[in-house]
Amino acid sequence: MTSNSAISLKNISKFYGGMQALNSVNLEIKPGEVTCILGDNGAGKSTLIKIISGLHQADEGEMLVNGSKVNFTSPREALDAGIATVYQDLAVVDLMETWRNFFLGSEIRKNIPLLKPLDVKAMREIASTELERFGIKLTNINQVMGTLSGGQRQCVAITRAVYFGAKVLILDEPTAALGVKQSSVVLNYVDKAREVGLAVIFITHNPRHAYLIGDHFLILKLGKVNLDAYRSEISSEQLVREMAGGEELVLLAQQLENKDK
Amino acid sequence: MSLNSNMNLATSKLGLLKRILIRPEFSAVIAAFFIYVFFCIVAEPFRTLAASMTILYQASTIGVMAVGVSLLMIGGEFDLSAGVAVVSVAVVTSITTHDLGVPLFVGIILSLISSVAIGIWNGWLVTKTGIHSFLITLSALFMLFGMNLGFCRLFTRTVATPNLADTPGHSLLRKIFATEFRIAEDPGSKLSILIIYWLLFVGIATFILLRTRIGNWIFAAGGNQNSARAVGVPVTKVKIGLFAFVGFSAWFYSMHQISAYNSIQAGSGVGNEFLYIIAAVVGGCALTGGYGSAIGSAIGALIYGMAVQGIVYAGWDPSWFRLFLGFLLLLAVLLNLNVKRFSTRK
Repeated sequence: MTSNSAISLKNISKFYGGMQALNSVNLEIKPGEVTCILGDNGAGKSTLIKIISGLHQADEGEMLVNGSKVNFTSPREALDAGIATVYQDLAVVDLMETWRNFFLGSEIRKNIPLLKPLDVKAMREIASTELERFGIKLTNINQVMGTLSGGQRQCVAITRAVYFGAKVLILDEPTAALGVKQSSVVLNYVDKAREVGLAVIFITHNPRHAYLIGDHFLILKLGKVNLDAYRSEISSEQLVREMAGGEELVLLAQQLENKDK
Repeated sequence: MSLNSNMNLATSKLGLLKRILIRPEFSAVIAAFFIYVFFCIVAEPFRTLAASMTILYQASTIGVMAVGVSLLMIGGEFDLSAGVAVVSVAVVTSITTHDLGVPLFVGIILSLISSVAIGIWNGWLVTKTGIHSFLITLSALFMLFGMNLGFCRLFTRTVATPNLADTPGHSLLRKIFATEFRIAEDPGSKLSILIIYWLLFVGIATFILLRTRIGNWIFAAGGNQNSARAVGVPVTKVKIGLFAFVGFSAWFYSMHQISAYNSIQAGSGVGNEFLYIIAAVVGGCALTGGYGSAIGSAIGALIYGMAVQGIVYAGWDPSWFRLFLGFLLLLAVLLNLNVKRFSTRK
């Protein structure tokens, strides 16, 4: 099992002072699969992705990338290992053109000594072909990023990560701030990323979005794995129930019903 | 020509129009044109070649610094010490040369080092502490202002920097930084070399901004520094570098000052930082960073030059000049707001 996993987490624990944020979490993340990590606020979702993306280090347990043990000390190292994180704020600059955003920090330069000017033509072309390949049609690659829709911006950020060699894509609540239509654009896009063989980690607290796209579901509760199931093992309703603090909601529903009577 | 290519042509033309409209300096160009026409009508001497040269020279005295200041503003920071920093360079150069007895070129190198160091100091403090550059450089303004006067008094017992006219090497310095070229029969038509340097600065800065990686990083550092950091842009280095460049510009402009005028009032320079900022903002720089151009700052400086000279040529009381400048700034800010809204409309 471990051999074909992109990332394996074994008994990962993390403490913040006296508080245990993660308690012995095990997880296998495979290429060509969308792994959804669900959980309430404070369940440990962000701690988990921060460990995978190199922002934090686990206190206990080990992490394997393509079968070999790693210990990331910075996001740059994770990035070099092919793990890219697209955060909610997307790391884009609204006032800059789309192609400039696409290549920001990894600009293509012409090989003219001293001047090393930007190869604007190449960057424009690559950015538009890459975006088109994933079905994002922009009227103009020179469009300022701020003029794109929320879903398009999300997709540009994802395409950028994929183009720069991401093998594992961590999406932090990509649909949280979006309307229904924009969310479907992004989910569609996540599906395309899976098709090309990426391992996608999809962080969300929306079980319906998760079930639409996910292959593998992990629910965290107070730092512990509450559920680890494949799509075949669980129905959408079960997932919603498990996720939304299932029993508590059932209890609440009963209480409300009793009140009416 | 096929229909398809005709359509392509049409859309590219439309694109061009919009691209011109969204250029940061667009409104400044229009304003400069109207101000030029206005003064040509109301002030007859304004139309002469000599007047144009004077205007350009006036513009360049603001413009050289405005280039650095506009780059810094695009990078999301301010430098209120830029005005007095020019005087500090003159103080360091003249006192080391005249009173401490080092050769002129050594004094020049010392002032270059200290001016760039002040820039690095400002940039380091801003990036290290996260305190707004407005406050950091405001304190630098007062410290430099105090030192300019203090050291000048200490060494010369006057408030003017020692006269460098007789210092060996000054004539060479004058040739490099303050040559004037006669370009017509009329003795007034002189082209100062500072104008050429200014245009050179604008050209280089424009190239850097639009066609180099550093330029990309400057826009990103000012536009959204957290995002820029997340994708690997060395934001801290970029910002410190921009402050250092303002320091270099202050040195460069001061070289012109001490070669053209031999001596400078140690208490001067205060207030000029605002002229640089006004030139940058009138030229389209956003106060919030991430938007603007070096060409815009040049047009802002040109508007300054036309206004300051136009009022003189028209025979009006020069007191009105500041009213005009303030009003222009307000107009520019309002206009830029609308242009930006239009260009970023979804």
